[in-house]
Amino acid sequence: MMNNTVLGGIDPEITDRLLTRRDAISRGAATSSKVAVGLALASVPVALAALATDAFAATALPQDIIDVLNFALTLEYLESTFYDTGVGTSGLIPGSDLAVFQQIKKHEDAHVAFLQAALGSAAVAKPTFDFTAGGMFPDVFSNYATFQAVSQAFEDTGVRAYKGQAPNLMSQPDILTAALQIHSVEARHAAEVRRLRGLDGWIIAKIGNLPAAVNAAVYGPGNPPTDFPAEDNTVQGGVDLISLTHYGADPVSAAFDEPLDKATVLAIAGPFIVS
Amino acid sequence: MKDGGSAPSVPLVVDRPLTAGSRREFLRVLGIGSAVVLMPSMFAACSDATGVTRGRNAAVTLDLSTDIGVLNYAYALEQLEAAFYEEALKHIISGCSSSELHALLQIGQHEIVHREFLKAALGSNAIPTLQVDFSSVDLTKRDSVFQTAKVFEDTGVAAYNGAGKLLHSATYLVLAGKIVSVEARHAATIRDILNPKSMDFAGDDVVDANGLDRALAPSAVLPLVDPFIVTPISA
Repeated sequence: MMNNTVLGGIDPEITDRLLTRRDAISRGAATSSKVAVGLALASVPVALAALATDAFAATALPQDIIDVLNFALTLEYLESTFYDTGVGTSGLIPGSDLAVFQQIKKHEDAHVAFLQAALGSAAVAKPTFDFTAGGMFPDVFSNYATFQAVSQAFEDTGVRAYKGQAPNLMSQPDILTAALQIHSVEARHAAEVRRLRGLDGWIIAKIGNLPAAVNAAVYGPGNPPTDFPAEDNTVQGGVDLISLTHYGADPVSAAFDEPLDKATVLAIAGPFIVS
Repeated sequence: MKDGGSAPSVPLVVDRPLTAGSRREFLRVLGIGSAVVLMPSMFAACSDATGVTRGRNAAVTLDLSTDIGVLNYAYALEQLEAAFYEEALKHIISGCSSSELHALLQIGQHEIVHREFLKAALGSNAIPTLQVDFSSVDLTKRDSVFQTAKVFEDTGVAAYNGAGKLLHSATYLVLAGKIVSVEARHAATIRDILNPKSMDFAGDDVVDANGLDRALAPSAVLPLVDPFIVTPISA
C-alpha cells in the first residue's frame, strides 16, 4: 500500500512520529487539521499529502479504492448540501429539533472534508442537486415533515451504501476502518431521525413510513437480491433466525441491517442529482 | 446460564421475588400477554439474584489472527450485552416509561439474536458461555440501567469498527457490518432516551472532528468490559 518512492524521499523520522500518533488516534485522541485527517486514515501517503502536495494522495491509492471513496464522497456531498440548506432555512426546523440537525450537518460536512482530503486531486467535484427530486418533494425545505422524510431516506440509504462497499475496501485496512467509522455515525443519524418521526431507531421489517415508492426503494432489495436482501430479511449466513431464536420476524429482521449495491444506491440518489 | 429455549413455567428468580399477580402486572405494563416468553434465556433458573451466572471457570483465549477468533470476540461481546438486558429486564426498573422499557426489550432481543446467530455460526468453534457479573449496576434504577447500556452499546460499536480490518473473509465482514450499524442505532436510541433531541445521539464524546465514530482495538475494548466478565479472557 505504501509507495516506496514516496517514503524514500521523506525523512523516516516523520513516518515514525506519524505512526505513533496514529496509534493514539485509534484510541480516540482529539486531533485537528488535514494532517489529522491523513493520520485518521493511517495511510502514510495520505498524511504526506497534507504536508506535501495533493498528487501524493491520488497516485498512492488504487483506482478501485478511489472509485469507492468518490462514491462515498458523492453521497456525502448530497447529505452535506441537504443539511446545509435545511439548517440554513429559517423557520423550517423547529427549535426543539435544531440541535439534532446541526449535529448531523456538522458530521456530514466533516465527512466531505475527510474524503476530499483522502482523495486529493482525485476527488470528484460536488454535483448540482435538486432536493425536490424533480418535484416529488416540492416542499422539502418549506415543510418540516417532508424534510425529515428525505433526511431519513438519505441516512438509511447511506448506511446501506457504506455497508455494501465494505468488502471493496478490504485491501486497504485503514481506509476500511475509516469507512466503518463513518458508517456507524450514519446509523446513529438514521436512528435519531427515525425517532424524531415517531419510529423505532432500528428497521423492523421494511418500516420507514416514507412515500410508497421511496420506501420500497430505500428498504427493498438490491441487485442481486441474494447478496443485497431487503430489510425484512430474516436469514443470515444461511441461518434461519426465526427457527433459531423462536422470535417473530420483527426483532429478527431489526437485529441486522442490510447492504445495498452501488447501482441501486445511485438509482435512489439519482433523482436528487442534476449533474 | 443454560442455553436454548426455556418454558414459561421456569421460576423467575430476582432480587424481590414476584408473586404471580405482580408478574402478570409487570408483563401487562410491557404490553404483552403473560403467556409469552420474552427471550429464550430470560427466565433461566440458573441465574441467581445478583446476575452472576454459574458456568465454566476456564479462561478463554481468543486468537485474533483468525476469523474464528474475531467472531468469538464478537460473540463474547454479544453474550455480555444480551446477558445485561436479560438481567436488567428481570427487575422492575423505577423511573422508566413503558416506551423506554419497550426499547430495552427490543434492544435485548436484538442482542440475543446476535448472540445466538454467532453461536450457531461458530458451531464447535464457539467459546463457552461466559460468566458475567452485573452486581455493580443498580438494575432497579432507570439512570443506572441506561447509563450502563450506553457504555455497552458505544463500546460494541467501537469494537466492531476496530475489528473489521482483522477479518479475512468478506462474508464475515459483511455480517459484522450488518450488526454494527444496529448497535449504533441502539446507542443513539439510548442516548436520545437519556437526553432527548440533543446532540448526544452522536455526541462529540464518541464522534470526532472528522465525523468518525470510535474504532478501538480488542486490546482497548477488553479492559472496558472486564469489570462485567468473570471468565478470564485473553487475546
